[in-house]
Amino acid sequence: MNGRETILARIREGLRQPAPHAHASVHQIETQNESHEARDWLPPVGDSLADQINLFKKNSETLKTSFQVFENQESAAAALASLASGWKQVAIHRSPLIEPLLPALTISGIRLLNTDDGYEKSDLATCDAGLTTCECLVAQTGSVLVTSSTSGGRALSVLPPHHIVIARRQQMLPDLQAAFTHLEKKFGKNPPSMLSFITGPSRTGDIERILVLGAHGPKELTVFLVD
Amino acid sequence: MPSPVQDFKTSAKRLSADLRHRGLIQKALSGYYVKRDENKARFQSWQGARDLASEIKHEAVNHLDKYLVEFADKIAARGTVVHWCPDGNSAREAILKIASDNNVRSIIKSKSMTTEEIHLNDALEKRGFGVFESDLGEYIVQLRHEPPYHLVFPAMHLTRGEISDLFTKELGSAPTDSPEELTMIARRVMREKFCEADMGISGANFAVAETGMISITENEGNARLTTALPRIHVAVLGIEKVLPRMQDLALFLPMLATSGAGQALTCYNTMFGGPRQPGETDGPEQFHIILLDNKRTELLADAEQRDALHCIRCGACLNVCPIFKNVGGHSYGTTYQGPIGSVITPHLRGLQDWKHLSGASSLCGACTETCPVKINLHHHLLHNRRNAATQKTLWWERIAFRGFVILMNTPWLYLISLKLGRVGQLFHPLVDKSPLDPLHAWTQSRTFPKLAKKSFHELWKDRKKSS
Repeated sequence: MNGRETILARIREGLRQPAPHAHASVHQIETQNESHEARDWLPPVGDSLADQINLFKKNSETLKTSFQVFENQESAAAALASLASGWKQVAIHRSPLIEPLLPALTISGIRLLNTDDGYEKSDLATCDAGLTTCECLVAQTGSVLVTSSTSGGRALSVLPPHHIVIARRQQMLPDLQAAFTHLEKKFGKNPPSMLSFITGPSRTGDIERILVLGAHGPKELTVFLVD
Repeated sequence: MPSPVQDFKTSAKRLSADLRHRGLIQKALSGYYVKRDENKARFQSWQGARDLASEIKHEAVNHLDKYLVEFADKIAARGTVVHWCPDGNSAREAILKIASDNNVRSIIKSKSMTTEEIHLNDALEKRGFGVFESDLGEYIVQLRHEPPYHLVFPAMHLTRGEISDLFTKELGSAPTDSPEELTMIARRVMREKFCEADMGISGANFAVAETGMISITENEGNARLTTALPRIHVAVLGIEKVLPRMQDLALFLPMLATSGAGQALTCYNTMFGGPRQPGETDGPEQFHIILLDNKRTELLADAEQRDALHCIRCGACLNVCPIFKNVGGHSYGTTYQGPIGSVITPHLRGLQDWKHLSGASSLCGACTETCPVKINLHHHLLHNRRNAATQKTLWWERIAFRGFVILMNTPWLYLISLKLGRVGQLFHPLVDKSPLDPLHAWTQSRTFPKLAKKSFHELWKDRKKSS
């Protein structure tokens, strides 16, 4: 018998005796109105887009994400230019959302590394920042969803020390459920090989449980919401 | 070689008297309690979420064959190699074969308790592969040649001073008392390792049957890099990690974060469905899934304790356990510490050798109350005690309990022994706290309560007389 058959046979043998139901025996049902919809239990999210943007903003403060809302592309480009002062190289990927912002970088002599064309790991590691789009923003958790096929690959959003995300207002979704529904609608049975919910800059508490930002991933996360 | 029970007793005795150690753990956990409660309070109903999470896990574990096959077939369909490993040895051999077939030299790892369980690092190093733990806490304990102290916080028993000394000795860095500087030292070392490594080894927190994806939760970004840069990715996971649907993650990811580290959501929650796909710019050429049984099916066969397989390894039960907080993670001598470790280790490594852990509990039930998937932890400790005694009863215990039954069923004998006990107790101070005391195991750290001057039986008699 191969490993698969061995393990499956053991499982089927083991399951012959049914387990007491989750709520039987000593466990009482602790809620009166038992819902099978996780949304009824998870942290609440406002109904309107404005509520959700506010919630994302509030979560960003806690997470130490820099969240900035812009009325138009020009003001976003200006903000990017000031953020980029002193930078030498920025990693990007091809996207109609990113292209209009690039002159703000190249005008001050910043070199661009496009990961869509392939890259050397050491080059990407020495970039000052990575600029990506995202699939959606999640208001409930303050997360950014990136994927390997639509955000410049797996490393772009995590190797450079500063990750900048460019998102449109209509990309704001209420919660994780909505994000999974969006992925299913968009990709169907053929999703990207990696889907990642990024919730704030990389962090660790491994030394005396004291929070330090920038463990192995980006030390800073900036989200630009552009109309 | 000392037995696990002797090791446990020696270490527990030493550490529970070590006030510095206890202070360190209390301090480390105090912030966690505050943040955990804040984030639980943000839920519309934490209890409702626990009920639902427990039901989903019940469904998954009780149809494990169906969901495991669905997961394995779907992830394999997109170019992943799935290795079904009945035990630790077959898992180690599978990973060693992948490494040697592909001329791997350097291996980077992100945190995985399952690889600790099968002692993977030792096996890889013995065959000459360089292995580096990239999670900061795991890296620290790797440099100290120690197992992780806690499922989630591997280095919580160390002070920044000890870590600074370690880095100075092992890495030649300048001493510092800033956690931030220490983190940056590790970051610089690891950046090189990430870029050099041929193979990345990770664990997984969940495996989704519906989409054929694994999900990895982490804060540091090291798992992201481990799975992005090396040309081979190997993920090691226990067969119990399966969830039926992708949408289940929307519940489990926030619950894991809140229970595990007091966060609303952990920094990176990443799902992987295959190696680099056509049209993608980077990612590993090969993706291997190691599905590990290693006696999980024996736990599954115990219907009474099957819910122990619901565990999502959040570590919440350790953080509230009065025993864990006093004896510390290393005293257990197990891969999985605390209440969940005490419940499952006898199943994974032998009931008779590990039954003493069932006694390492005050039965306060704090673990059961905090468990996000409602595992009946403290009752399972009692079940293990019962099973151990039924399976193999000690001769003196059998005699003692027979005597006890006779004593309790024979009123005149009971009354005489009470009277004798009162007399005997007068002489107890002569041997109290000394090894000559027949009750030494109890009295060495406690005061034996005095027998009442009059028993209830006698008081009742007097009362009847006077009325």
